[in-house]
Amino acid sequence: MSILAIQVLNSLFYASVLFLIAAGLSLIFGVMRIVNLAHGSLFAIGAYIAAWLVGRAIGLGVPVVWALLVIPIAAVAVALIGIVIEPLLLRPFYRRAEEYQLLVTFGLLLILEDLMRLVWGGLPLTADTVMDALPVVHIGGLVYPGYNILVIGIGIVAAVALWFLIYETKFGVLLRATSQDRRMAAALGLNVGLVYVAAFAIGCFMAGLGGAIVVPSHAAVLGMGVEALVLAFVVVVVGGLGSLKGALVGALIVSFVRTAGIQFFPEVELAVLYLIAAVVLIARPTGLFGTA
Amino acid sequence: MKAAAIALPRSQTGLWPYAAAALGVAVLAAVPEFVGLYQTQLLTYGLIMAIAALGFNLLLGYTGLLSFGHSAYFGLGAYTVAFLLQWLGIHSMEFYILLGLPVATIVSALFGYICVRHTRIFFGILTLALSQVLYSLALKFFWVTGGTDGLRVPRPTLLAGMIDFAGSGGFPRFIRSYYYYVLGVFVLSAAIMWVIVHSPFGKALQAIRDNEIRARFLGLRIRRFRWAAFLLSGTFTALAGILWVPLNGLTTPDVLYWPFSGEIVFMTLLGGFRNFSGPIVGGIVFTFLKTYAVASTEYWQLLLGSVLVVLILLLPTGIVGALSQLAKRVWATREGRT
Repeated sequence: MSILAIQVLNSLFYASVLFLIAAGLSLIFGVMRIVNLAHGSLFAIGAYIAAWLVGRAIGLGVPVVWALLVIPIAAVAVALIGIVIEPLLLRPFYRRAEEYQLLVTFGLLLILEDLMRLVWGGLPLTADTVMDALPVVHIGGLVYPGYNILVIGIGIVAAVALWFLIYETKFGVLLRATSQDRRMAAALGLNVGLVYVAAFAIGCFMAGLGGAIVVPSHAAVLGMGVEALVLAFVVVVVGGLGSLKGALVGALIVSFVRTAGIQFFPEVELAVLYLIAAVVLIARPTGLFGTA
Repeated sequence: MKAAAIALPRSQTGLWPYAAAALGVAVLAAVPEFVGLYQTQLLTYGLIMAIAALGFNLLLGYTGLLSFGHSAYFGLGAYTVAFLLQWLGIHSMEFYILLGLPVATIVSALFGYICVRHTRIFFGILTLALSQVLYSLALKFFWVTGGTDGLRVPRPTLLAGMIDFAGSGGFPRFIRSYYYYVLGVFVLSAAIMWVIVHSPFGKALQAIRDNEIRARFLGLRIRRFRWAAFLLSGTFTALAGILWVPLNGLTTPDVLYWPFSGEIVFMTLLGGFRNFSGPIVGGIVFTFLKTYAVASTEYWQLLLGSVLVVLILLLPTGIVGALSQLAKRVWATREGRT
């Protein structure tokens, strides 16, 4: 019974991280109609920045619990990178065919992957001191890291905050208006360029946050972004590209299937996920909650 | 050459595509006389990639569908060869091709049947998802596929066992012979592809690409045409995988991983997807570019990524597209003077 509880918690932990990546991917697609292949790399950059900052902070003698503050800092840093990338690399491609948009983000992926290697080297970067510093939780005689529960909390808070931002604020109205009809929004006097930068920055912030919260429990390694991207793809395909609700439900489905898969059918665990995505695309091309 | 007769009135350049092709083949055939073994080996890889890109471009350039999962068919070809060796003990290149191609055609037909129900971005994601099914199977069923270690494929015999490469000095002999073998298969594939894209079938694909609704009004069964294009495209790319694996000596799940699909897209765009010869030039140039980038810097992905971004910003029609535009401009100014 307690093993079941732990597996459920593991799934929720995993779902939180996946939701953060997939929601950003979905938001960027929903507003800008660009499938950002470099999104996983932005997630990885968040992880690297967080791990690097934690190492620095501990080196300077900062109490470990304060090191948790690096999580939002890393996320903001990734958002700043996004603010640079959007006007520089993506803006020239909005009027071009989809192929070029997809390819420019693929080029960006190659560039970012190597920049990470250039800056942080090829060795994994860990920040597990943060995880060790937090108390463990006892679940029916088994110990469970408290940090994982914190991550689940952050995932829930992020989901609620994003919901509020998109559905309850004026900015959210602008965002949704642009997403529904870009030209009409521009005709009504909306600064579409600014909305695009903001949407991309928020997407990057989410990816960076996902990377930052995952790094105390998993080390930052090269290639983690490429791997995360395909899983995020599965999430948004199942949930529906451009749908926030879809990203949440998709992340939960993928996480629970994956946890069960690792337990019961480890060989085909990944294949089953991709097959689920393919089946959803065949049956409902727009995903469970998609409208696009 | 009925198809060529159809093609000629449209291209007002007369016979010069054939002359250029003949010249190109002559140059390629002469190259090993003038360069070292290593360059010959690289060019062999380049020709193989050119076959893969030609196949890919039947979908992108002629049907207007961007697949981000062509690594699946390349890897399928490579792994089929490895399994034929492992399970049936086959050592002959001809058997690899003859048995590998039907396998690839069947899987392409199956995947294609699913994928062509969609277009645009959903098509791309669906092809990617399906290719990753194969990738994860290759990775996880390590007792069959060797996992990340992959499967070794030693040098096969060529031309029904007439040429084998056992004994000392096998490697240089293999490279020299295999280059011409691959060149032969390449010329044949390119000729077949040329006939396909200039046939009524190829014209129908282009009509669908340019205006789906109008094509449907003409009575074309769009989905069936796209399916056929997908099947041919996957088979050509698998042929490249079949030829690639004995040269590489090893197949690993990397050739099934989705970034490799990105590389196939990259090389096609590098050459230019609006021209028939674009993928050929792209495949060869990309192979040399990547090899020298890997050799010269640890950060070759950075270099390649930057090249890709600059390329699509400045040369969206690729090398061949840019050259033909340049040629047209020169031609126009010259005609203006006379």
